[in-house]
Amino acid sequence: MEMLKLFILLVLTPLAFGLVTWLSSPYQKNSLYQLMSNPLILSTLLISGFLIFLGIDYQQYKFANKPFFFLLDTAIVTLAVPLYQQFFNFKQISKPLLITLIFSAFFASISALGFLFILGSETNNLISLAPKSVTTPIALRISEKIGGDPSMTTGIVVLTGMIGALFGPIIFKKLNIFDDRVKGFILGISAHGIGAAKAFKISQKCGAFATLGLSLTGILTALILPYIIIFIF
Amino acid sequence: MLKGILALLIFQGIGEFIVYLGDMPIPGPVIGMVLLFLTLQARGKKIPESLKVSSRLIIDYLYLLLIPTCVGCFFLVQNHFNQWIYIVASIFVSTLATIALGGLLMKYTLTRHELRSRIKK
Repeated sequence: MEMLKLFILLVLTPLAFGLVTWLSSPYQKNSLYQLMSNPLILSTLLISGFLIFLGIDYQQYKFANKPFFFLLDTAIVTLAVPLYQQFFNFKQISKPLLITLIFSAFFASISALGFLFILGSETNNLISLAPKSVTTPIALRISEKIGGDPSMTTGIVVLTGMIGALFGPIIFKKLNIFDDRVKGFILGISAHGIGAAKAFKISQKCGAFATLGLSLTGILTALILPYIIIFIF
Repeated sequence: MLKGILALLIFQGIGEFIVYLGDMPIPGPVIGMVLLFLTLQARGKKIPESLKVSSRLIIDYLYLLLIPTCVGCFFLVQNHFNQWIYIVASIFVSTLATIALGGLLMKYTLTRHELRSRIKK
């Protein structure tokens, strides 16, 4: 019985994803529908609703879905391939990339901290928020190092990614940004892996730039953020 | 394709092993990615077809792989909703601002950079 339950919880993930993708595919042209029919967000809501309805604990679902967490790690390794394919394009524009990276990585962290500080939050919350734009596995380790709450950091990072991937394309449209290189790089910097997944839906080039953005942001933040936190608090 | 997936798993394993030995703050898969990239660079030839096909397949299903993580986030926010209202608000504002400002900055510096290199030619 226990085995059957785990099996159902595991199959639930691709099943929900398949259903949502199939149902939302006719609406992918329109940008408003596109916002509401993001397969990742819809599947998440569908599965969460299902789990709550049946009173199943998240830990159980997480345990059953271990294969997906493992494959996500494999996917990170895989990102070396588009990175290699686009390497020539990176070298040509390394200077604008570097300027954008340094500004955006700092701004992502500082602006969130500043805003939360104005709203009046505890120091502990502030520290957990700091690595928000960094890809989850790196953010966890940074958070531990600077004394934040790792489970809270995970939530914040994932939420940042979802918001960035959802609203990024709309902002690009409003600001007349049509260059796939800009879109990808910014999505990677601000919304890490989830932003990159969105970028790969735009084009391969866009995805490769997102990969570059997320790797560089992760490394830069891991190296510098601990020292900034010590300096502020 | 099986060969390609096997190669990816090997690099993933090597990455995890290095982190385990060195006790580093960088996650194993990221080390694996860097090593795979350096290997491809060192070979200098075209990417093997099997690796290309399998990487395309995995990247096409990134959304699916991210679902369990996002479900976890949903439960975390749902359980501590009062605390989270402020946090969600500040993430929202700061992420949108970062995308807008970063996008404009890169658009500007990129245009300038490409104009300059065209003039040099």
